[in-house]
Amino acid sequence: MVNPAFHCHGCHGEGLMREDFPILNQSIHGYPLVYLDNAATSQKPRAVLDATRNYYERNNANVHRGIHELSNRATAAYENGRERVASFFNARSSREIIFTRGTTEALNLVAHSWGRANLKAGDIILLTEMEHHSNLVPWQLVARETGAELRFIPVTGDEGLLDLSAIDSLLAAPVKLLGMTHISNSLGTINPVAELCQKARRQGVVTVVDGAQSAGHLPVDLQEIGCDFYAFSGHKICGPTGIGGLYARAEIMEQMAPYHGGGEMIQDVEFTHSTYKEPPHKFEAGTPNIAGVVGLHAAMDYLDCIGREKVFCHDQELALYAYELLTRLKGVRLFGPQKGRAGLVSFHLNEIHAHDMVTLADQKGVALRGGHHCNQPLMKKLGVDSTSRASFYFYNSFAEVDRLAEVIREIQKFFGCAAA
Amino acid sequence: MTDDVNDLYQEVILDHSRTPRNFKKLENANHMADGHNPLCGDRVTVFARVENDVIQELSFQGSGCAISKASASIMTASLKGKTLAEVQSLFDQYHVMVTTGTPVDATGGKLIAFAGVHKFPARVKCAILPWHALMSALKKSPTPATTE
Repeated sequence: MVNPAFHCHGCHGEGLMREDFPILNQSIHGYPLVYLDNAATSQKPRAVLDATRNYYERNNANVHRGIHELSNRATAAYENGRERVASFFNARSSREIIFTRGTTEALNLVAHSWGRANLKAGDIILLTEMEHHSNLVPWQLVARETGAELRFIPVTGDEGLLDLSAIDSLLAAPVKLLGMTHISNSLGTINPVAELCQKARRQGVVTVVDGAQSAGHLPVDLQEIGCDFYAFSGHKICGPTGIGGLYARAEIMEQMAPYHGGGEMIQDVEFTHSTYKEPPHKFEAGTPNIAGVVGLHAAMDYLDCIGREKVFCHDQELALYAYELLTRLKGVRLFGPQKGRAGLVSFHLNEIHAHDMVTLADQKGVALRGGHHCNQPLMKKLGVDSTSRASFYFYNSFAEVDRLAEVIREIQKFFGCAAA
Repeated sequence: MTDDVNDLYQEVILDHSRTPRNFKKLENANHMADGHNPLCGDRVTVFARVENDVIQELSFQGSGCAISKASASIMTASLKGKTLAEVQSLFDQYHVMVTTGTPVDATGGKLIAFAGVHKFPARVKCAILPWHALMSALKKSPTPATTE
């Protein structure tokens, strides 16, 4: 658990709680590690590592079927985790939370269980041009199977905002589903999801929000957003890999068919047919990731101890600072909005490919991501094959952003480009 | 920069990536193939004119990182006049070199510049992509080559 005496002193550009993250205290290729790949996965604080370890050392057993003490403890830990997720996102009830391996599985669950039963030829699935492949490919699969058609809310070039000028006509029938990312992983854009969900609801359109980059990075109130589905991953918010979840509004979840079949999700099984448990359990086949849920619970407690407003404010300041520093460099093209952005900066250097950039930055201890960021169609639209991305979390500091800018200048020099 | 980086981005590699040789479409090519690395988006098209089992002309087009561009450029500059059997042998040696660091036969000339790639496992695919495209072109393979 974090220091309960921790108070918000405002953001002075210092990395927060760094001492809780053993991994950050190391050298890479002879330089202090500057970890700026948080949009891919975050690092884990001791509180999360300890919770997971304690679970395995003290309480490990299977859930929901044992009668012995350890099974009772494991079941309680697992179901407490569900309560914690519900409170973290302000869902009305923990019955609206399904545990999955992460965002990708959660979105596939929606496409599979809701999509196949509710979409037919002629229906429209409306997505945005900035969707991660995980909120695009599952819908392509369902569209192919059902004959539904995919359409897209356009993105306004390098600024990376959704072009909502024609949203009312775009949302008109026969649109059945609106799927959108809350925060773009490649642009840093924060989409107005509450406003769009409200518009969609008026048209009877079901809404799916991809929360992979927003959960744990800013306060998320699902009743305020008013979406039907919200998907998130634990590993991007200080939790372990392999655990995440899906919020599904109770009324819609009750109508949905199971996703995977197997143990844990059934009530009675005959040779030819079965009855299922009540939701959300009927969507969780097999032994779940109990230790993952315990770690996720600890991660959510940890984040709320810091405060998500504070995390958001800190990450945004770092991103704005990075944006400003990089704007001053020659030959740098920046993507995403200048104002109101989330904690990441995506950029393209003239004459230097992202993979060369990332290889050389790594040699200086700076961990970045380079590539298409699982946004191939968007990259094509922007006319680049890849970008480099620096993504921040509360433990990053202004000094690390300075180091990023310094390393970019060195790399430009190395490649003989005109450095600023 | 570290020794490893200087091994990877040798002057000859930087030179070929900035001003690639044979960077054009070959109008009278009789072999052609595309290569694509889905991981980083590198794309290359290799054109070859082969007569009597000897490479008469070789060129490429495409976009990618410094390593893949230089690899394509040096490959096209190194293989003109080689027989198909010699190309196959150099490909085999080059493949071993970029994955283990064992240098190619001295007759390979500038190809040896890519020996440092083996220290960067994530970049091996960049160095080998144009070669896969070439081998695919020479076999007149109907499908695009890929590093996957």
